[in-house]
Amino acid sequence: MLGFARTLRHAGVGASPDRVEAMLAAVGALDVLDPSDVYWAGRLTLCAGPDDLDRYDAAFAAYFAGEAPRPARPAGQPEQRVAAAAPLDAGSGEGDEGEQPPETAGRASADEVLRHRDVAEMTVAEREHLRRLFALLVPASPMRPSRRRRPSPHGAVHASRTVRRALHDGGEVTRLLHRRSRPRPRRVVLLVDVSGSMSPYADALLRFAHAAVRAHPAATEVFTVGTRLTRVTREMRLRDPDEALAASGAAIPDWSGGTRLGEVLKAFLDRWGQRGTARGAVVVVCSDGWERGGTELLAEQMARLRRLAHAVVWVNPHKGRTGYQPLTGGMQAALPAVDSFVAGHSMAAFEELAGVIERA
Amino acid sequence: MLGDVSETTLRPVTSPDGGPRNPDELAAALEDSGYLPDEGLATAAYLAFAMHRPLFLEGEAGVGKTALARALAQVTGRPLYRLQCYEGLEASQALYDWDFGRQLLHLRAAEAAHATGSAGSPDDVATLEASLYDRRFLLARPLLQALEDSPSVLLVDEVDRADDEFEAFLLEVLSDFTISIPELGTIRAQTPPLVVLTSNRTREVHDALKRRCLYHWLAHPDFDREVAILRRRLPEVTEQLAREVARATAKLRTLDLLKSPGVAEAMDWATALHTLGARELDPDVAARTLGAVLKYREDTDRVHALARGALFGG
Repeated sequence: MLGFARTLRHAGVGASPDRVEAMLAAVGALDVLDPSDVYWAGRLTLCAGPDDLDRYDAAFAAYFAGEAPRPARPAGQPEQRVAAAAPLDAGSGEGDEGEQPPETAGRASADEVLRHRDVAEMTVAEREHLRRLFALLVPASPMRPSRRRRPSPHGAVHASRTVRRALHDGGEVTRLLHRRSRPRPRRVVLLVDVSGSMSPYADALLRFAHAAVRAHPAATEVFTVGTRLTRVTREMRLRDPDEALAASGAAIPDWSGGTRLGEVLKAFLDRWGQRGTARGAVVVVCSDGWERGGTELLAEQMARLRRLAHAVVWVNPHKGRTGYQPLTGGMQAALPAVDSFVAGHSMAAFEELAGVIERA
Repeated sequence: MLGDVSETTLRPVTSPDGGPRNPDELAAALEDSGYLPDEGLATAAYLAFAMHRPLFLEGEAGVGKTALARALAQVTGRPLYRLQCYEGLEASQALYDWDFGRQLLHLRAAEAAHATGSAGSPDDVATLEASLYDRRFLLARPLLQALEDSPSVLLVDEVDRADDEFEAFLLEVLSDFTISIPELGTIRAQTPPLVVLTSNRTREVHDALKRRCLYHWLAHPDFDREVAILRRRLPEVTEQLAREVARATAKLRTLDLLKSPGVAEAMDWATALHTLGARELDPDVAARTLGAVLKYREDTDRVHALARGALFGG
């Protein structure tokens, strides 16, 4: 059983010791010799979410078929849907040659590049520079009214507090106490494009995301977008920005790969957004809008996002360049659904972005 | 309560609190009550009994998470207490609250009696104060009710809608099944309640809470099970209609819609078709009743464009 738990951890299911203990208890309550009972005892106690189920199934099949635990398989299976390397779409920005960094033309392939980003490769000077700048940045959170109430000198009468006070005063209501709703931070969702064409900015954007998570850990969600969707909120909650970046670098399988904005946005809305993560939230999409293939899906999904979210902010680092025109197909498709379109290429731009989010 | 099981059963037999003795027995009992669980769900529910662990159910809306708690209460003959979570849920709505109005009345009544009676001693004051915090002035909310009325089934519905603070508080109650009320003392459940938590994943629930639970992802039922469920819950619907509704619903689930129809929608649809007097699913009546199963305009448009014939034929 312990060997199986080890296999699971290799496969990316966080089978912690107390969960393993629970599994042993569950197997004890069932039939150790029945494979199906062992399967369910493990699945019910060791898994923590739907993402774990496939990995669990694979690990279970492998382990009980006699395979030894394999070291560090990338979490999750590579997706089957690898698009053919088609030429860039005619509508995706050929009109503006200056906007496309030359080295990305070759790299903007939709083939999935399952590469792990090594943050340690950044130079010390660069890292020091960024850390200094981002330590100064504390994005304020947008607020919304909530159903929770707090005592207040004004507002509606707080009946139970008033009567409780009266009990202390021998049953005499001497003064009315009030309450009003307590504003709470509105959820902020950051979708950071980590594809090849965005690689010069992805580090800085993730540092911005870390600053936002650090300011309001419970009300901020961070996802990375490339050829697939990765939730890095948990990694971003690490206090130290470098550790947080290293952890998310390890968690992102598609660093500097291609982009499938429309598909990934759809995956986000299906799995998270529509259920509640995007509802009433300020959603910030950080991308240059380089979309491979058609842009209808992106336009459709952006419209859907617009209907769910409180506000949609699009951050495009290229917007900071003089003479920039949003001519890429992806940008054209997305802009009708965007409330604010801002740049994200310099520290000043990040400060502006923080302001836009706060006022959204 | 569950009927006798012969001694020849091969399963290991444990009988916690006179509950079911193995997953199959529980599954059979649930089936008798009209809830048809698959193997995983029956095992999960059985382990929740045997290990006294809360059962954390996740899955699409309408796959029967809430219905399971009802069926478990029915099968075990225990009372069901339901706590519907929402944002801003506070301890006073989940645990207990003092009935301040009645306390005040009591105080006034005591005053009136005092005015006509003799002069009070310090003892009287202490007695009066103690009587103010009597159990009868305590309003029990679902969590306290479930502990007091032991053994019971406690359903904490849509726990993902409550906020973080409430989750931490729930963790405290679920870890040792006691509630301490400063004025009254500690209330402990004689038998831990069978706890079912449900979530629609609108928010990631904290690991600390999940770790204390058995986790089960409830998927849509397969075709045969869905037909069985429809037949079981809607006996008035013909076999043919049930099969066709189940087949069409299964096809709709493969279409990647904004909201895939669950079992609840399939049942609504079958009821709607039956109400219209349909004995089978023809494209025309299907198109007219699509509102029972699809809840987004985009989905309806897509299915209308796609469907006619292809989806609902045969």
